[in-house]
Amino acid sequence: MMRTNWLLIAAVLLLTALPLWLVPRPAAGPDGQPSEIFAGADSVAQKAIEEIAPGYQPWFAPLLEPASGEIASLLFALQAAIGAGIIGYWLGSAVTREKMRRQSGHECSDRAD
Amino acid sequence: MHIMEGFLPVEHAVGWTLASAPFVVVGVRSLRCRLHEQPEQRMLLGVAAAFSFVLSALKLPSVTGSCSHPTGVGLGALLFGPTAMVPVGLVVLLFQALLLAHGGVTTLGANLFSMAIVGSFVAAGLFRAGRRLQLPLAVCVFAATCVADLATYVTTSLQLAWAFPDPVGGFAASFAKFAGIFAITQIPLAISEGLLSVLVVNALLRFNRDELKGMPLFAGRELRA
Repeated sequence: MMRTNWLLIAAVLLLTALPLWLVPRPAAGPDGQPSEIFAGADSVAQKAIEEIAPGYQPWFAPLLEPASGEIASLLFALQAAIGAGIIGYWLGSAVTREKMRRQSGHECSDRAD
Repeated sequence: MHIMEGFLPVEHAVGWTLASAPFVVVGVRSLRCRLHEQPEQRMLLGVAAAFSFVLSALKLPSVTGSCSHPTGVGLGALLFGPTAMVPVGLVVLLFQALLLAHGGVTTLGANLFSMAIVGSFVAAGLFRAGRRLQLPLAVCVFAATCVADLATYVTTSLQLAWAFPDPVGGFAASFAKFAGIFAITQIPLAISEGLLSVLVVNALLRFNRDELKGMPLFAGRELRA
């Protein structure tokens, strides 16, 4: 089980890192500016909408926009940190509970595989 | 998969909101009912929600040269049933729409529909089918969560193609375009989401086997992975 889990983690890391090597940098646009690589799919879709319906005007603006890209990444990091904190708390308490159970001597946990 | 604020015509925005609303009501009710009966599941619900929170904050590079993120909804749908993740998805999407200008209030209905409703039902349905075919648990978890993630992004492409049909090729051409952006980008990320979900289920099997037995989709079968 332990080995499977490490293999799973390695596969996820590989899937994430490989595109960084495999995807060639796009050629410079007509204005000489290199076009952006690894932009968000959401904003790529936004560009596609503008191509399909050039006259479309968004009719509602976000109520609150992060002051800069840095602030946005702060908030995304916060979101991930909250989630990771909760999962970490659960894992920590689960491991401790298992340890206590094993130490208490009753019925040695033989299901751990 | 987040359709940007204001980027759905008014009637579509209203329509998707109306379509999603009943699922929110049913989801809140089923969650409240279940937590009332089995308060010990609160911790696991927290873990499922946290998983979705983490995964939807991770923008990962993909083979198409753009970035997108998994949704993490499938895992919770397997544990708590398809409607239970709707309120959780709503919280995640509201956080991003209000604080991050990622997605939006007007597109909340459409985004909730693709992520928490289509994603959850596809995950739960595939998982049930896989278990019935007596496939190994890990295979069922992987297939259900991976395909659910993809289904979310296909739904987003359909929503956008419906709202913005191509002037020449119509709906089909437009769908091909949006699917090329969302669904293809999503393939490696969906695989990642499937693998991560298996990882969490492995941990649950090790540490929360008894609670897991109380889950409707996990009940009644030998739980050995």
